[in-house]
Amino acid sequence: MASRAARLLPLLLLLGGCSGASILRPGGPISANNRTILLNSLVIMLAIIIPTMIATLAFAWWFRAGNDKARHRPEFVYSGRIELIVWSIPLLTILFLSGLIWIGSHDLDPARPIASKAPPLEVQVVSLDWKWLFVYPAQGIATLNQPVIPAGVPIRFRLTSASVMNSFFVPRLGSQIYTMNGMATTLHLQADRPGSYYGQSAHYSGDGFSDMNFRLQAVPAADFTRWVAGVKAAGGLLDGPAYAQLARQSQHEPAKHWGAVQPGLFDRVVAQHLPPAPGPEQGRDGQPQISPGTAE
Amino acid sequence: MFGKLTWSAIPFSQPIPLIAAGGVALALFAVLGWITAKGHWPYLWKEWITSVDHKRIGVMYVLLGLVMLLRGFVDAIMMRTQQATAIGHAQGYLPPEHYDQIFSAHGTIMIFFGAMPVIIGLMNFVVPLQLGVRDVAFPTLNSTSFWLTASGALLVNMSLVIGEFARTGWLPYAPLSETTYSPGVGVDYYVWAIQISGVGTLMSGINLVTTILKLRAPGMSYLRMPMFCWTALGANMLIVAAFPILTATLGMLALDRYLGFHFFTNEAGGNMMMFVNLIWAWGHPEVYILILPAFGIFSEVISTFSSKPLFGYRSMVAATLFIVVVSFTVWLHHFFTMGAGGDVNAAFGIATSIIAVGTGVKIYNWLFTMYGGRLRFPTPMLWSIAFLMTFIIGGMTGVLLAVPPADFMLHNSMFLVAHFHNVINSGVIFGAFAGITFWFPKAFGFRLDETWGKMAFWLTLAGFLIVFGALYVLGLEGMTRRLQHIDFTEWAPWLYVSVGGIGVMMLGVASQIVQIVVSIRNREALRDETGDPWDGRSLEWATSSPPPVFNFAVLPRVHGEEPYWTIKRTALESQGLGDEPDYEPIEMPRNSATGVATAFFATLIGFAMIWSIWWLAALGFVGAYATFVVFAWRDEEEKAIPAEEVARIDRVRRAARQAWLDANREQPA
Amino acid sequence: MTAKAQDPYRIGRGGGEDTNTGRGEGGPASKRTTVGYGFWIYLLSDIILFSGFFAAYAVLAKQTAGGPSPRELFGQERVALETAALLLSSFTCGLAGVAAERRKLLPAQLWLLATGVLGAAFLGLELAEFAEMIGEGAGPQRSAFLSAFFGLVGLHGLHIGVGLLWLGTMMAQLWVKGFQPQVLRRLMCFNLFWHALDIVWVGIFTMVYLMGSI
Repeated sequence: MASRAARLLPLLLLLGGCSGASILRPGGPISANNRTILLNSLVIMLAIIIPTMIATLAFAWWFRAGNDKARHRPEFVYSGRIELIVWSIPLLTILFLSGLIWIGSHDLDPARPIASKAPPLEVQVVSLDWKWLFVYPAQGIATLNQPVIPAGVPIRFRLTSASVMNSFFVPRLGSQIYTMNGMATTLHLQADRPGSYYGQSAHYSGDGFSDMNFRLQAVPAADFTRWVAGVKAAGGLLDGPAYAQLARQSQHEPAKHWGAVQPGLFDRVVAQHLPPAPGPEQGRDGQPQISPGTAE
Repeated sequence: MFGKLTWSAIPFSQPIPLIAAGGVALALFAVLGWITAKGHWPYLWKEWITSVDHKRIGVMYVLLGLVMLLRGFVDAIMMRTQQATAIGHAQGYLPPEHYDQIFSAHGTIMIFFGAMPVIIGLMNFVVPLQLGVRDVAFPTLNSTSFWLTASGALLVNMSLVIGEFARTGWLPYAPLSETTYSPGVGVDYYVWAIQISGVGTLMSGINLVTTILKLRAPGMSYLRMPMFCWTALGANMLIVAAFPILTATLGMLALDRYLGFHFFTNEAGGNMMMFVNLIWAWGHPEVYILILPAFGIFSEVISTFSSKPLFGYRSMVAATLFIVVVSFTVWLHHFFTMGAGGDVNAAFGIATSIIAVGTGVKIYNWLFTMYGGRLRFPTPMLWSIAFLMTFIIGGMTGVLLAVPPADFMLHNSMFLVAHFHNVINSGVIFGAFAGITFWFPKAFGFRLDETWGKMAFWLTLAGFLIVFGALYVLGLEGMTRRLQHIDFTEWAPWLYVSVGGIGVMMLGVASQIVQIVVSIRNREALRDETGDPWDGRSLEWATSSPPPVFNFAVLPRVHGEEPYWTIKRTALESQGLGDEPDYEPIEMPRNSATGVATAFFATLIGFAMIWSIWWLAALGFVGAYATFVVFAWRDEEEKAIPAEEVARIDRVRRAARQAWLDANREQPA
Repeated sequence: MTAKAQDPYRIGRGGGEDTNTGRGEGGPASKRTTVGYGFWIYLLSDIILFSGFFAAYAVLAKQTAGGPSPRELFGQERVALETAALLLSSFTCGLAGVAAERRKLLPAQLWLLATGVLGAAFLGLELAEFAEMIGEGAGPQRSAFLSAFFGLVGLHGLHIGVGLLWLGTMMAQLWVKGFQPQVLRRLMCFNLFWHALDIVWVGIFTMVYLMGSI
């Protein structure tokens, strides 16, 4: 089944179909707006680029040495009028684009809340070597590598890193943002419809980086409440020591849940009250190998 | 005794680097053995290794760059094939700790040891010839610059078998590159290789800026310099202004790693974003350091093969300087996604788009250079037309990435990878190939084979379009770069396409090699007798091919913008070369082993610091100082070439010219 | 040959006449000019190197990580003494240059020696300060602020150290070979170098010590 889909895929892509992580298939308002800006900018530039490319080929063809019909004008080396045009075409295009950039940068600033009747849900994200921790402060629960969000509700992500830089990116939901130790960033996203959205770290962070991905589940609001209740009922406590254990390097961690989270855990990570992750355990001074694979 | 260095540093358990290194070592020993057997060492030592002739140094730079481009290309093949064979349950053949070294080495080698040496080499070779002078401002320093670059390249290649290379990407972002997260010697290899070659590049920049601003033939005012000299001036001013930032940044990283400083660490108030800011404050100008000279090459090539002066020369100069200035105001676009806020992102996004204006102006001026010309299409011109067509696309995707909301989705994706390969390949690499084919007859006295050259061109172009077309699509499909294993199987088809593309590119590279071999074998048929094989327009074509050590027997007096074109027209109109000048003895700088000795000790220092062998590092410093003193102590800096010798050499050139004039007598001027 | 043919651009400079070519009329510049010019460009690049460390200091100055702050660390007397030594050494360096221009070997050597001694005094004071700070537990590992401090001030100290080595070598050469043209050119460059380090020190003095003690 999967292999047949894989064989059909190139064709589908050519026909404008897109894979399940395509940024051209928006799953929420942010990615829809990002895409609109992307396509608008593309069209604006194509408007001057395509004629330029055609002119390049046309000039190269017409003025070939063998063409006796073409007029040789070796003295045509300066024209004030052409210079004026040559400077103003790119300048005007860029000026137009600048307006788009200015408005877009402000409207789609990741820190800007999404206008919605539903109050936003806060999800705190910590990137660890090499897995993702999601804390739901209002619900008092946490999950590893398995974010679940209610569809149609704006999500306010606050993000940090336990160790090195990563970038939190769910392609179909739109904007990505860096996670950095000792700092917190904010990102607003929303999934319009229930579904499974591929997400990954978009900033290289070491040996386990490649598989540092997850499927973000957007579910109807009622299902979300049910899911929270289920996680709470299952128990487990994420506190400082549990976090310190989690911060050690590992990959391919299965999804995991905690029914309770020590309050303020995220802020303690940001403030470095919970110290940065220790990094690899092998390969330090005196060890036999210089720097072995930190991956398993 | 040997610091951290033990036998375990050699990766006996990993066959790929060992086999690769074995192959390289075998080839190296074969070459060295051949040189020894043929007794070429004295020649090599006297004529190349200790040479301070800008032409020889330029050729060695280009050679080093080409060899390293090949090495980087092998890395690229491994990356493409690994990704195509590690989808879903498959894991490919490279474990992460090896794959991560490969993509880090690929970027580092391609930029620092491939593209930079080729570009610097071409500037070194061509600029003094175009300015109508005998050498660069500081010939021995020039030799030192080259050997320091070679020293850095050597260190990078040593990391293949002794220890490891960085696993942090081509720019070692902190805190991943700090000892906490990268305890091995990989980052240290990176730091020392780049620091040593960076010093070389900086000195080369100082040298060429001084050359262009202070050494020009009489009458060569600023606005009479060929376009390539202008872009070289721009690039070298950028080197002088940007490379110290790189040195400072990597110096801070080294302090963090070696002495426990806290510039970029997570702990004690260090600031990782400062690293990112600093490295890109160098990194963005670096892009223009590479591309500006390539723009110059295209200007020369398009003008020559359109049989027309460059259109809008002053406009081109203005656009070059515009790019030089603006390139320092755009670095933040490399990290829009750090969450800086709308105002900052918008400001840098707009600045970034504005830099495209300068490039746009250049493209239109090249277009109008072709307008009304008589276009010939030898290989350099083909590369230039392909550049015009493909660079526009790369520039467009660049502006797309400069729009912050679009960048939020495309940042660090395969789209980004495709974009910068698009601009660097079609800009710098096509430019380098155009320049090498264009000036090859000047350097060696015979042209390169056109058939194989065109074959190489079409294959490279096709491969390039397939590979990076696929990568553009993958980026839009949401694929992130630097993945050693692909969990998301829907990307597979395009990864296969890119492997096919790189296969085509491999054929292109093979054609390039065949081209060189065939050309050397047919060199008599391809010989350039007159020194002006392309009907050129600037002064390098006025002298013979290859030029004598002193370039010009008598410095040309420059009248007007296209000095050599004018000389040539005058000669054709008056049917004669003019009177033989009065030859005078010429003082040329003496050969010096300073450069190669300095680089030897720099390599020792680098290697010793990487492996914490402190006594060896101290020894290296003492040796470098001793080299400096020996150089400073010498009494005679120059040797004179007697007037008779100059006259003898120049008469040969004049005879060839006269023969050419006689052959063209019947044709109208 | 018409002017028009010589100057294809015909943009108002009387095409082809040599009377208004601007710079470059006389051909390549003299060696002394070239060397001085090249060295100036090197100094510019060196200033940029320092700006990197200045920028890092500006960013990290407040990041004391609970460790000592600038106010607690920097004593004014020693810095005043250091500054005096360095400024004075620039003056003596200038005098050495003047003596060399007049080809007076002994005064030139004496002024160079004075420059060296003052430079060494500066370096000694700086190293004493470093040792004291490290002894008090305020070494570069303590906080990002101290890293930036040791980085910036240490880089300047390193330049002074290299300068002293250069100075010593040049004095020996002067002694053995007298006023050769290349030695005179290097002396000129050394003068530029030493003054540039002075300027950098003024920056450090202002930004690190003066502003730190407020």
